[in-house]
Amino acid sequence: MARLDAWLKRVPNWAVWLAGFIPLAWLIWLVVTNDLGVDPVKEIEHRLGKIALWFLVGGLVITPLRSFVGLNLIRYRRAIGLLAFIYVVLHLMAWAVFDMGLLMSQAINDLFRRPYLIFGISAFILLIPLAITSNKASIRKLGANWRRLHWLVYPAVLLGVVHYLWQMKVIRTEGWIWLVVALLLLATRIKWPGSSARSAPKKGPSKRQQAINAANKT
Amino acid sequence: MVNRTKLNWSHVTPKPLWLNRRALIAGIGATALASPALAKIAAKPSQFSTDVEPNTLEEITNYNNFYEFGWDKTDPAANAGQLTTDPWSVTVDGLVDRPGTYDLADIMKDRPLEERIYRFRCVEAWAMVIPWIGFELSGLLNRFGVQPSAKYVAIQTLLRPEEMPGQRAGGINWPYVEGLRLDEAMNPLTIMATGLYGENLPKQNGAPLRLVVPWKYGFKSIKSIVKISLVAEQPPTTWQQLQPSEYGFYANVNPEVNHPRWSQATERKIGGGFFASRQETLKFNGYGDEVAGMYAGMDLAKNY
Ligand code: HEM
Repeated sequence: MARLDAWLKRVPNWAVWLAGFIPLAWLIWLVVTNDLGVDPVKEIEHRLGKIALWFLVGGLVITPLRSFVGLNLIRYRRAIGLLAFIYVVLHLMAWAVFDMGLLMSQAINDLFRRPYLIFGISAFILLIPLAITSNKASIRKLGANWRRLHWLVYPAVLLGVVHYLWQMKVIRTEGWIWLVVALLLLATRIKWPGSSARSAPKKGPSKRQQAINAANKT
Repeated sequence: MVNRTKLNWSHVTPKPLWLNRRALIAGIGATALASPALAKIAAKPSQFSTDVEPNTLEEITNYNNFYEFGWDKTDPAANAGQLTTDPWSVTVDGLVDRPGTYDLADIMKDRPLEERIYRFRCVEAWAMVIPWIGFELSGLLNRFGVQPSAKYVAIQTLLRPEEMPGQRAGGINWPYVEGLRLDEAMNPLTIMATGLYGENLPKQNGAPLRLVVPWKYGFKSIKSIVKISLVAEQPPTTWQQLQPSEYGFYANVNPEVNHPRWSQATERKIGGGFFASRQETLKFNGYGDEVAGMYAGMDLAKNY
């Protein structure tokens, strides 16, 4: 694991960004080659939503990977989070432009009346301040508040997953798997009474604070 | 080049598309395309057909909600091939004079086949236009002798998990069941479809026999039918049982009746391109003249 860790340390951040845009490039390729089936609009919307979900949940994997497996990918977390946000924005745009055909009054009306859309848009709104502050300057400026603010990623992911389950007419196995995985990842954040190892008491720098420090160094 | 006398789907599909498809399907030369009789199934045109251009065969056969074959709209095209549709029989029971199990050939005997180019509207707010071939359900029901006490028709899809992978997965209480009020079933717009685009019904579209009720959301138009029962009480229907707050027994297409998931005010036309493929939803899917009378005095928001 240490060797893998050392090897991964050499992966530059731009490579993560590049890899992050592969799903988008692939989707564009499928559009250009007319390979998205008879309803490309739904297909684009759904694929973007699913990619967003992968990145969001992927971002939650990083901390447990470090604490349980000893793999430190913290320096890529910001890129992964921002990629997730970009895909959510694209997903939202696909909905507004292609699906709703820019019928904005109906779209906005729908946004507040359809439970699954309320969950989706809430997740998106929570992610906005996180995306805006995902840069070194904000981390420095906000100090400990940065960590408090970025706690919002947990409810955001949960809302995203609930949105995904809610838009299904009948919830399929795949949906339940996403929910269970998301809940397990969130459970790793809970400070269980008696377990001192993972979350240090308030006084010393917490793991998250260390993570921010690490983020600062990259 | 052509001397077309009958009105059939070739009149509403742009010719290049049509020629392509015919050439593809039959692998024959252009001269042979001239005759409408070429369609394998001879079906009379109908006054009930819309003159809106139908969706392509590719669209109609690759975008199906037929959960017996999987959740995705492309699953039926991928998985329905394994379905055995011959032999096929349909059991008719309940309040009829001549109940029994009838072979499909028996069911279809003497049924006048017509081509019905109908608008098709899914509750998910997408729409197509489909050139069905079929016969009116009323004629079939009358053959069995509907008793006066019968008020509803309950219809059931095949239950065959060996050939229907979706039935091996959970989520829905199989077999799929649907129903109509007797007057709805007897309405001349209500057909049993056995084909589309001049060919036998593709399996993913509900072969060999499916219901088509064009003024209702698509889930009412039950596929691969094996049982028809005449009953006195309103029968249970699959989606209503699954989610009664979302899916009602009537399920008439209605832009004014809001659905918790999809605003029904507009619909997306499949094949309508990337931009502006939304169009207004028509009440009763545009079939109000033929069907609105059946619901006179009914609160359609309550009876959704
Ligand atoms: C964190 C935010 C979000 C995530 C993770 C997310 C994810 C997803 C996923 C995974 C799907 C299903 C894809 C599939 O079936 O393969 C989906 C569907 C959908 N999402 Fe989102 N989504 C988010 C936010 C939004 C927002 C803000 C909107 C619009 C305002 C939206 C609109 C939709 C629509 C319209 C569908 C399709 C529903 C249908 O086809 O019936 N989503 N989303």
